[in-house]
Amino acid sequence: MLVNTILLLCIIGVIAGFALYFVAKKFKVNENPLYGEVEAMLPGANCGGCGFPGCRKFGEKLVDSPTLEGLYCSVGGAETMDKIGTFLNKTIEKKDMQVAVVKCSGSCNKRQITSNYEGISSCAFSVSFYAGNTACSFGCFGLGDCEKACQFGGIKINPETKLPEVDPIKCTACGQCASACPQHLIELRKTNKKDMKIYVGCSNKDKGAVARKACSAACIGCGKCAKTCPNEAITVTDFLAYIDPNKCKLCRKCVEGCPTGAIIETNFPPRIKKEDTTTEANN
Amino acid sequence: MKTFKIGGIHPKENKLSAGKKIEPTPIPEMVYIPMSQHIGAPAKPIVAVGDTVKAGTKIGESSGFVSANIFSSISGTVEKIDNIADASGFKKQTVIIKSDGTDTWEETIDRSTDLIKSTNLTPDEIKAKIIEAGIVGMGGATFPLGVKLSPPKDVTITHILVNGVECEPYLTADHSLMLEKAEEICVGVELLKKVLGINTAIIGIENNKPDAIEKMQNAASAYTGTQVVPLKVKYPQGSEKHLIQALIGVEVPSRKLPASVGVIVSNVASVFAVYEAVMKNKPLFERVVTVTGTSVKNPSNFLVRLGTRTGDLFPLVGGIPEDTDKIISGGPMMGKSISSVEIPITKGSSGVVCMTENEAHRKKEQNCIRCGRCVEACPIGLEPYLLNTLAKKSMIPELLEHNITECIACGSCSFSCPANKPLLDYIRLGKAKAIQATMEKK
Amino acid sequence: MLTVSPSPHYQSETNTTKLMCNVLIALVPAFIFSLIVFGISSLILTITAIVSCCFFEFAINKWLFKNEDCSIKDCSAIITGLLLSFNLPNSLPLWMVVIGSLVAIGIAKMSFGGLGCNIFNPALVGRVFLLISFPAQMTTWTKVQDYTIDGTTGATPLGMLKENILSGKTISQIDLPTFQDLFIGNIGGSLGEISVIALIIGGLYLLFTKTISWHIPVSVLGSMFLFSGILFLINPEIYANPLFHIFSGGAMLGAIFMATDYATSPMTPTGKIIFGIGIGFITIIIRSFGAYPEGMSFAILLMNALTPLINKIQPRFYGSNK
Repeated sequence: MLVNTILLLCIIGVIAGFALYFVAKKFKVNENPLYGEVEAMLPGANCGGCGFPGCRKFGEKLVDSPTLEGLYCSVGGAETMDKIGTFLNKTIEKKDMQVAVVKCSGSCNKRQITSNYEGISSCAFSVSFYAGNTACSFGCFGLGDCEKACQFGGIKINPETKLPEVDPIKCTACGQCASACPQHLIELRKTNKKDMKIYVGCSNKDKGAVARKACSAACIGCGKCAKTCPNEAITVTDFLAYIDPNKCKLCRKCVEGCPTGAIIETNFPPRIKKEDTTTEANN
Repeated sequence: MKTFKIGGIHPKENKLSAGKKIEPTPIPEMVYIPMSQHIGAPAKPIVAVGDTVKAGTKIGESSGFVSANIFSSISGTVEKIDNIADASGFKKQTVIIKSDGTDTWEETIDRSTDLIKSTNLTPDEIKAKIIEAGIVGMGGATFPLGVKLSPPKDVTITHILVNGVECEPYLTADHSLMLEKAEEICVGVELLKKVLGINTAIIGIENNKPDAIEKMQNAASAYTGTQVVPLKVKYPQGSEKHLIQALIGVEVPSRKLPASVGVIVSNVASVFAVYEAVMKNKPLFERVVTVTGTSVKNPSNFLVRLGTRTGDLFPLVGGIPEDTDKIISGGPMMGKSISSVEIPITKGSSGVVCMTENEAHRKKEQNCIRCGRCVEACPIGLEPYLLNTLAKKSMIPELLEHNITECIACGSCSFSCPANKPLLDYIRLGKAKAIQATMEKK
Repeated sequence: MLTVSPSPHYQSETNTTKLMCNVLIALVPAFIFSLIVFGISSLILTITAIVSCCFFEFAINKWLFKNEDCSIKDCSAIITGLLLSFNLPNSLPLWMVVIGSLVAIGIAKMSFGGLGCNIFNPALVGRVFLLISFPAQMTTWTKVQDYTIDGTTGATPLGMLKENILSGKTISQIDLPTFQDLFIGNIGGSLGEISVIALIIGGLYLLFTKTISWHIPVSVLGSMFLFSGILFLINPEIYANPLFHIFSGGAMLGAIFMATDYATSPMTPTGKIIFGIGIGFITIIIRSFGAYPEGMSFAILLMNALTPLINKIQPRFYGSNK
């Protein structure tokens, strides 16, 4: 009895083994083995920041396309891309290091809250039905669509200021938060190793007086920064200044001149001569 | 008793101001007249700062086919043309007029209250007058009436339906208008008939307004082809699609206009405005507004000049109640809650409802118990519980498969949910995403 | 500062707790009847079931899920306990009742995520678990001392029917209770299922308060009547009268209180009718051809499993060209 059972099980095992072997042979999909290897080199976050549906598809594209122009994985960064480039023997497009910045500094104490919002916690929904619970209709809703969109935990709403804060170490510049923000407050900006950057922390396009009334940290479009900038990196359109990251030489002259503190600098050494007036802006 | 077929709910009516007379309001010192009080392109201001205007002077020129003229509602001088927040808080171009205290009207306007029953104008002339007067759907949708009266060539209009349903709780503006201006409304219907060259008009009134039904029936008996039909009380009967089904038993095909089934629907307030525009030469610059709320001392209906700020209406009802926590422009089912009392009254504002602290807040959300009440309530026949989940997960193809774009945002699902789920919030979000996705595909 | 929120700004007065309380009120007539018939033992059994259900719900919420907000307040655990006890014979040992409650709440309800997430009706899962684990105790309906109504037996009408048919008798040879007895509840059976009239009163209350819609009870009973009627017409000597079927066993309790459980029944009216017909059909099949005399619990559980599939049926929407 026992022997029979063991025998039967053995026979089933052998038959099943053969069946598996033949099935595996018969239905084997022939594909470029490079796909898998390149995919393994990619971070595997499947974030879609490269514009492809997942790392696998991006890997296939990397292998298939003759040049790697326009193909870049911002999550893996230059390191990964260099590795893939040498592996595939193709030249990799050099890209500047980028990080997401939030162009709104209207924290609770700077921007007056004018109404209580009661509804689902979604910026995309909120923007579709009203202009926000503050006097500034361009600012951050603080409902965290960016936080939900980020797969790396790189952007989080600070419960005190109700504004999103970017963690430059975790941020991979994949751009998911930027496309999730219905107010278009998030921009990917060039940065350097020390993450030193200067940007306008405001998106208000109202006239100066209106913007100022709504938020004490608003850019009022006075144009002072544009005049002080030695590199002509700053333009003012619709009462809103914009600093071109490619022209900016990080001289910090505009930061000192800004009357509302709307221009934000990060990770600079403290100024020696003057008293540090921009502590608030330094995160 | 006639009504629509699928779904529907019975919210507590709370018609506190029912049967109250329409009271005139004092002329405000300043009016804030937005250039966009209708669906479609905003009007272009044709006055400059410092210009003197009279009540009825055109100050905004219609800027397209789907657009409407805007008129000054008081006499005075143009103080400023600025961007002022509308009910949603978004800034819109607004003409601010300071009153000179005289309330002079344009000379062409007949200010007498005599009833004029017939006119020698041709249909085209009547239509031109309606378009000129800037009349829009005054039930809340604010679709320009002139566009409705110009149906595409391949459809034949057979019915005019007049919406006297007023299914929103609290609101009584249309009710009071029907009580006081029944004759005028019937003449207005005759004018619309003449424009469209047909002789069938049905006025639908819910049977919670028996006095209005009687008044309208008496007034309509003088005209052949105009019929008053009482309807069973059910929300959202005032929705165009549902009123059509209730009155003539026809369904408007998905993504089609009522004109495709040969019907034009117009609100009683709009019909009254038609009468005034054609017979009295009076453009649309005032409307009846209900100011109400459970803790409001003296809820009533007022004839309000457009552009009056909401806050200016509260002294008339005994002041804004202290426990007010939410003010709704429109009815509580589909109206907008406003963030400040400085929002002006526009062509589409049928009411101002003050909600007390107890009423204003949403109840705590609980687990869905899958009771199916939302499915039963949905007047379109959708599955709100499912759309809610799909929208939360942004599953666009599935949302489209379940016809999310058909949602009319009536709020019956959120209203009826025993677990207090914000169903409509997510459905709106999902609908917006789904529409965006289909647009991108094209 | 004003509150701004999206419309609607109006909510109905109903909430989950109110709906659950309505069900509890509707169960009161049947409970009172069980008290009259079975006396104090039914009270002890019912209280044991309710208390243990509530305890397990509380314990799992508190120590397993670590939920701050306890779900006892919505009264759903009380209903589960009450319905479970209604499905048990009055002589069942109390420790079995506690096991049944643990299975009902712990396995059938909380392991799926609690209120509204369960696939199967918790009370029925508890009952069927006990029925399969302790078949002898679950099918022994002992006579009760203070049972004052005349002409009763220990066995349920369906049990008598099955036993006698299996032993080769025909229906005319069996001494089945009259319809009047069935209607009033002058028969043996589980605590809550015996009196048709008490259950119907509760059902009417539920319909009147709009707690449930008519679709499920009517389609369950209607299809039972129809299918058993067909069998009855084929051979009235083996297959019982359709009225006997809908008045006996758990038919009424199942159709009005068990099958209409919100979480485990379909959402759309069409779906509800399909669901009800399925239950009626399976019940009659089990009663007529199965090994068990009663098939209501199994039928409901089987259809519960099909509910997600039935929910796939989309209702027709306004303006659709179909």
